[in-house]
Amino acid sequence: MAIFINEASKVIVQGMTGSEGTKHTRRMLASGTAVVGGVTPGKGGQVVDIDGHQLPVFNTVAEAMAATGANTSVVFVPPKFAKAAVIDAVDAAMPLVVVITEGIPVHDSAFFYTYAQSKGSTQIIGPNCPGLISPGKSNVGIIPANITQAGPIGLVSKSGTLTYQMMYELRDIGFSTAVGIGGDPVIGTTHIDCLRAFQDDPETTAIVMIGEIGGDAEERAAAFIAEYVTKPVVGYVAGFTAPEGKTMGHAGAIVSGSSGTAIAKKDALEAAGVKVGQTPSETARFMRAILGR
Amino acid sequence: MDLFEYQARDLFEKHGVPVLAGEVATTADEAFAAASKMGGKVVVKAQVKVGGRGKAGGVKLAENADDAREKAAAILGMDIKGHTVHQVMIAQAAPIESEYYLAILLDRSNRTFLVMASVAGGMDIEEVAKTAPEKLAKVPVSAVDGISLSKAKEIIAQAAFPADVADQVADVLVTLWKAFTAEDATLVEVNPLVKTSDGKVIALDGKVTLDENAEFRQPSHEALVDHSATNPLEALAKEKGLNYVKLEGQVGIIGNGAGLVMSTLDVVAYAGEKFGGMRPANFLDIGGGASAQVMADGLSIILGDKDVKSVFVNVFGGITACDAVANGIVAALETLGSTATKPIVVRLDGNNVEEGRAILNAANHPLVEQLDTMDGAASRAAELAAK
Repeated sequence: MAIFINEASKVIVQGMTGSEGTKHTRRMLASGTAVVGGVTPGKGGQVVDIDGHQLPVFNTVAEAMAATGANTSVVFVPPKFAKAAVIDAVDAAMPLVVVITEGIPVHDSAFFYTYAQSKGSTQIIGPNCPGLISPGKSNVGIIPANITQAGPIGLVSKSGTLTYQMMYELRDIGFSTAVGIGGDPVIGTTHIDCLRAFQDDPETTAIVMIGEIGGDAEERAAAFIAEYVTKPVVGYVAGFTAPEGKTMGHAGAIVSGSSGTAIAKKDALEAAGVKVGQTPSETARFMRAILGR
Repeated sequence: MDLFEYQARDLFEKHGVPVLAGEVATTADEAFAAASKMGGKVVVKAQVKVGGRGKAGGVKLAENADDAREKAAAILGMDIKGHTVHQVMIAQAAPIESEYYLAILLDRSNRTFLVMASVAGGMDIEEVAKTAPEKLAKVPVSAVDGISLSKAKEIIAQAAFPADVADQVADVLVTLWKAFTAEDATLVEVNPLVKTSDGKVIALDGKVTLDENAEFRQPSHEALVDHSATNPLEALAKEKGLNYVKLEGQVGIIGNGAGLVMSTLDVVAYAGEKFGGMRPANFLDIGGGASAQVMADGLSIILGDKDVKSVFVNVFGGITACDAVANGIVAALETLGSTATKPIVVRLDGNNVEEGRAILNAANHPLVEQLDTMDGAASRAAELAAK
């Protein structure tokens, strides 16, 4: 099962002919992902050889879907062109669009999120995220595939490297799906969307949720857990030492006045029965205790 | 990036939001000159990026240009909640009849934009929201549809603005939306929006926050940066394309990925409690690449911070494997040579970790010490900083 992506995922890469796009297409192919083509406006008709895979390039997502049957798109185009790329995918009713690009103006991401909602046929993950992986089935984005294996844990995180750290710490147990939802103020898929999907996924038996300062997504997720999630959840929150008013790397990671603090998030999660570790390693130990491994 | 009031005023003017004459001054003489030009009564307003300046004595009415010089002299150099006043705005005075509130902002929670409007302006809007929430209309605005004149009229009606100003306020809201989108703002706030005794609606004070991700298409925003408030190490890091924030502690931090670095700061602060309260000295994310050059740039900035007593390099080898990162550290230390003088604790984990650790062991640099776990390395770095 896993969530959002699996063996049946057929992936096109928007921006495949760019350097980042090519590099990560190669990595996705190497980890067994069914990459079936790419989209670069103006380069339609070309065929790119990536490690022996002959991948066709299309001008639009609609053309790529018609020719390849793709059901997932991953976006590597630079911030300047990201809005147009996502709108292209939404107009083609692409079911899942994973936006890796960092540095997209929030007016653009608010626009394409709202636009996708109004069309009702596209789920967006990201932007500013590492993508997601269902180990052994599909890997869409930039998550290193060789640091973990398939297993019963579901993971959702705002941060890329903390996702990797946690996948690595619990690599002997393994993951159903690990989703990096991204660190921007406006993102397409939230902690709640992932928690709901993990709760409903029979292959997932326990969930790790990683949050960080900024916004109130973790507080909302805590309320959702209390109401809906019966599987055990362990948590981690980064940014206790972050000063007020400073952006900590991620565009959305900022404490504004008294809102968005790590302590408020930790308290909300604990009130919902989530065990929150003081360090990533402690969080991993909580998970081991729950699974008895 | 938050703007000063005078920058917000200029930006409003540029987009057709009605404002009064206003000019920034950095000396009492400049204040005098600006007030002379305007004539009549003026308001002298401290330019600081913090609320409550009126209560702190940072806003004064001046009868004439001479009085403006005196008032400016008193306000310049004042400390308002830790912010020194380096500039004042000389603003035309206006006979105020009513004060309102109007703002457009990014609503993260609902992933949309939001208009907040109230006829109870002039005071702290968070206070209004708390004590009289019925007086504050909050209306979501679609990022796709925006604010047309009819939408603006609907919002103004919902906020119960008086009929004699409703049309003017709706016009202001439409121009404010234009400014909000054209400038890639995440907040435009007018408080107060006033009705003068001759019935005109004017934006008297404004707050604007701009999206730094939009810099690539907003070339004019560079000129709005307040370089005097930027820490010199932060400025240097920005020049080198590094994501760095100066903090108050003693343990210099380098890591890859924003989340992991934030986590590293926390773990160091916990560990530091056992060593006399050692704290992280900075946030520095060198990104996924972690090349030798980036590592050298990062290390040189951190070693240039006189508060730093030890350094903690915390890298998870994902896309860039640990052996490449280890080679980066060795090459960086070669580049830095004798300028590297502080102990460096390294924790590598992830892809090719054994190879990475072997490279650092073979290099056997006298300043470098390796630990296997993040928690253990944080503790050691804090211990070394306390020595």
